[in-house]
Amino acid sequence: MAKAKLGVVIEKPAAGLSKEQLLDLYRQMLIIRRTEEQLIRAYQAGKIHGACHTYVGEEAVATGVCAHLRPDDVVFSTHRGHGHALAKGVTPREVIAELFGKATGVSGGIGGSMHLFKPEIGMMGSSGIVGPSITMAAGAAYTFKLLKTNRISVAFFGDGAVSNGSFHEGINLATVWGLPVLFVCENNMYATEVPFNQATKNPDVASRAKAYGLPGVAVDGNDVLAIYQAAGEAIQRARGGEGPTLLECRTYRTRAHSEGMRDTGYRTAEEIAEWKARDPIARFRDVLLGGLASEGDVIRIDEEIKIMVEEATAFADSSPWPDKAILTQHVYSDSGG
Amino acid sequence: MREMTFVEAAREALAEEMARNPAIFVVGEGIGARGGSFNTTLGLYDLYGPERLRDTPISERGFTALCTGAAAAGGRPVVDFMFIDFLADGFGDLFNQTSKLQWMSGGRLKMPILLRGCIGVAKSNGAHHSGNYYPFFMHIPGFRVAIPASPRDAKGLMKTALRSNDPVLFLEHKDVLMLRGPVPEEEYLIPFGEASVAREGKDVTVVAIAAMVPKTLKASEELAKEGVSVEVIDPRTVAPLDIDTILASVHKTGRLLIVDEDFAPCGVGAEIAAQVMARGFDDLDAPVQRLNGAFAPAATSAVFDNMVPQVPDITKAVRDLLAE
Ligand SMILES: Cc1ncc(C[n+]2csc(CCOP(=O)(O)OP(=O)(O)O)c2C)c(N)n1
Ligand SMILES: [Mg+2]
Repeated sequence: MAKAKLGVVIEKPAAGLSKEQLLDLYRQMLIIRRTEEQLIRAYQAGKIHGACHTYVGEEAVATGVCAHLRPDDVVFSTHRGHGHALAKGVTPREVIAELFGKATGVSGGIGGSMHLFKPEIGMMGSSGIVGPSITMAAGAAYTFKLLKTNRISVAFFGDGAVSNGSFHEGINLATVWGLPVLFVCENNMYATEVPFNQATKNPDVASRAKAYGLPGVAVDGNDVLAIYQAAGEAIQRARGGEGPTLLECRTYRTRAHSEGMRDTGYRTAEEIAEWKARDPIARFRDVLLGGLASEGDVIRIDEEIKIMVEEATAFADSSPWPDKAILTQHVYSDSGG
Repeated sequence: MREMTFVEAAREALAEEMARNPAIFVVGEGIGARGGSFNTTLGLYDLYGPERLRDTPISERGFTALCTGAAAAGGRPVVDFMFIDFLADGFGDLFNQTSKLQWMSGGRLKMPILLRGCIGVAKSNGAHHSGNYYPFFMHIPGFRVAIPASPRDAKGLMKTALRSNDPVLFLEHKDVLMLRGPVPEEEYLIPFGEASVAREGKDVTVVAIAAMVPKTLKASEELAKEGVSVEVIDPRTVAPLDIDTILASVHKTGRLLIVDEDFAPCGVGAEIAAQVMARGFDDLDAPVQRLNGAFAPAATSAVFDNMVPQVPDITKAVRDLLAE
């Protein structure tokens, strides 16, 4: 169950969500999972050029947060950004084609796993550099405030970024300037192979909010409804001009840091098994089947997404390679394209 | 002579120097028990423990400046950035403190810090994991910049770096990390500022940097079949730069091409060309030419693998230069 911090109360899950909304959360998590599984197979088949950091096990976070976002709200993402992109509305076709290096990819094939951009719908990019999602999201929020919009900005970042200077500077600036931004820490307990408690003496990320003077909330990052609820309250505050929130989602990646990397020697098989048993999708499916939706509803979605992702892979496979000329386009605003 | 890989040779140098000098310690992400993302410290943790092989949080700005302070106080830090792109967060202090402390203190402080990381597009990981950046450091007074291209040079330059009292950038191109080659058993150091003539020739001089050295050697073999004799020079360090070896070669060949995968503007080639123009103008039978990587961040798709010069690009550039 979600843990409340600094007076933010998390009510009983499912309250206030229609059946359709609940099924949408399920659908979104499954889209991410199935897309990742497809990418894993493709990686093993040698079809992916460059890295591939999957979001398997963490789907509830992007799903619960992005369910509140409008297309004109923005997300700044990390190296582990497939889930953020998909939850923000990028299609499996565009993600898979991008990792295959195809022209139809969301970044035209120049970006790969760590550089997914679709600003038209508020996907401001994943990043191969740890940290700047925090400060850049604060900057977007500055613009939204300056221009008197009620748009908001979201920074996703891992526990690893918490020890980076950008965490301190970004959160302090956003708080003192009252910016409409949500800071979402995906605390999966490891940065590559470094356990969070070896990176800090205070692994309670939400508690740090106190030092900066903004609300800090920790939630079960494998509980999509808890995240949905906590993010909803924070986003409402941000839209209402009440400034930023630090939301810590405690979760776990159940695969290696990056595909093709070893996943032993720094964590135990038991720990992985424990977290797999808390799989956010299986758990939510149980919640749904406990009276909120029928088995038929859920199976229909399973089938729908299976087909969607297969079709997306075929699309990526048959897509053309990028035109080599695009390499030097867009280095400057007037350099073509 | 025994053979080893570039990574093994550089690591052997680090291990030997750590045994010699208790002030050497290494910081970086995953460089402890894990041995580094590129195996730069594999096995050293077992020998020297967590204080001398310090795993860090993702705090590049913090640990770079911390190591600058450590060096000023008599320590000898090795900062292992994994990908050199990650050095960028620490650049402010590198520029304002690390490079200037010796000068600002009138030589009373020393700055024995080694900054290492992998460079190059290689099998591209995209815009944030493929940089070269060495011209930035050539431009700033105070830095030494070593860019070895063979196992032998990696070991000898690493040893020199670990005895230098200046901040040294030690850059390891991803395409040469697994290169195998002869490495002497007995101790040796390779001084900074001494280029190596990687192949002797008489028709044209090609200066190549990092991964462009093995590629240029391959191109030279092909050109030899056509009767073209290429002299290949590997500067090994670009700061200091051994311009005399390049001038002597140009004196012999009359033609100069610089092959560097990094961007052309304000790059190594520009610096070499200017110096050769100033001191070797009368030797030149043709304009100095450069062959560089595309002027853009690194793209991931496999179709962009040739955004940096490949062997056929080099042979073509040499033929073009000979036709001038
Ligand atoms: C500035 C910087 N330093 C180092 C890295 C190398 N790196 C990539 S991911 C990663 C670990 C990130 O951990 P965390 O932020 O917890 O995210 P997670 O991978 O757990 O999702 C590291 C060290 C990087 N990308 N950027
Ligand atoms: Mg993490």
